[in-house]
Amino acid sequence: MTIQLTGYCTILSYAAVGERTLKLWNYFWKYLPTLFTAAIRYTIPLALLSFALGLLIGFIVALMRLSQIPILVKIAELYSWIIRGTPLIVQLFIIFYGLPSFGILLDGFTSGVIGLSIAQGAYNSETIRGAILSIPKGQWEAAKALGMSKMQMYLYIIIPQAATVAVPSLSNSFIGLTKDTSICGILTIKEIFHRGQQIVATIYEPMLIYLMCALVYLIINTFLTFLQKGIEKRFSKHIVVSNK
Amino acid sequence: MKMIEIRNLCKEYGKLQVLKGVNLSINKGEVVSIIGPSGSGKSTTLRCMNLIEEPTSGEIIFNGASITERGTNKEQVRQKMGMVFQQFNLFPHLSIIDNITLAQRIVKKVNKDQANEKAMFLLDRVHLVDKANVYPGNLSGGQQQRIAIARALAMDPDIMLFDEPTSALDPEMVGEVLEVIKDLAKEGMTIALVSHEMGFVREISDRVLFMDEGIIMEENTPKEIFNCPQNPRTKDFLSKVL
Repeated sequence: MTIQLTGYCTILSYAAVGERTLKLWNYFWKYLPTLFTAAIRYTIPLALLSFALGLLIGFIVALMRLSQIPILVKIAELYSWIIRGTPLIVQLFIIFYGLPSFGILLDGFTSGVIGLSIAQGAYNSETIRGAILSIPKGQWEAAKALGMSKMQMYLYIIIPQAATVAVPSLSNSFIGLTKDTSICGILTIKEIFHRGQQIVATIYEPMLIYLMCALVYLIINTFLTFLQKGIEKRFSKHIVVSNK
Repeated sequence: MKMIEIRNLCKEYGKLQVLKGVNLSINKGEVVSIIGPSGSGKSTTLRCMNLIEEPTSGEIIFNGASITERGTNKEQVRQKMGMVFQQFNLFPHLSIIDNITLAQRIVKKVNKDQANEKAMFLLDRVHLVDKANVYPGNLSGGQQQRIAIARALAMDPDIMLFDEPTSALDPEMVGEVLEVIKDLAKEGMTIALVSHEMGFVREISDRVLFMDEGIIMEENTPKEIFNCPQNPRTKDFLSKVL
């Protein structure tokens, strides 16, 4: 009798588990396209734009720090100090919620791009400055001795070599940036995580949906890691593994 | 005819006086070597000639025109002076042929075919035609230095400045580099050479300058300076290195 009852309960719970699994399975396929759409429409453009602008800002700030012109050096240091010393989320709030009190109204996406680029620029400037400084003095001198202008030296001699040094670290910051876009949900951007939260609010399956969000980020970043390896390979084709 | 003339050249790094009034001139087709103990200002003198180092004071006249005056087009001056460094300084990210053609193409605006043709001709002169498409990291020190010479020659310089071209080389590779420099001298190239290879200096120089403490202490033909140095400092130095 007891054995019969236990057996009955087991079958019942199996059925319940089966039913729940099926439900989750259905949710998974229903909401995966939603999250991918969020990635393609918001997360990826946000990351790409911010990275490109962050790279540009980083390069300009690095050149300012290397310029030996006191005022430019000071401005660059001040920028780096403030941005690196304050949380990204606070910076984003200042841009999106703070600036309107000065009459500057920006939509969520624009605020996100501005905030992320400025933050990226500060970190990238350090990486780029370090990479430029790592190029031996002899390279500058050889280029100079051949009659190259400063611009030509940077373009043909220094940047290509500094890029090799900077790629791993810049790729790292790109991956970090892609994940940081998840904060931009607070700016009402409908990126992956923001959409995820909305879905959870309607179906109340937090574990499933947040795991799915994690999966989508993981897929994007796996792709980026492969891209990084390809770029590194391309940039270091001249490096001889065994010298002599 | 004077190719380059230096008048009262001084160079200071903060409080450190490296050059304290250097006077020298090099005629067209002449080979002039500078010898002396390390830290005497030999390399600095050479590096001031093509304005890689900014002279603190003094005048440098190149091809009849002052190049130390404000507003001088330094890039144009440097094109006419080829420089070879102790550490070769080839561009590691460029193949050998690109190392030689880059400045021709971007500085002198020579078209690619012409630049390549010239590079191959120069590679032949330094006996490294087969290395055109490899990267500098694949070459020995001696080969890299020969490429560095070809790279400088590609700009058709009026004068070649050699800054201790064999000091960083393994002994067995010194000969091949000196051979190339000797060929250049034979062809009538104007050369300023800083070197510790006394035998070589003696062999190829028309004139030898002995430098110490930032000034030229003695100047003479190699025969005179090596056989009967006048200045006690020269005597002392030569007794140590010969």
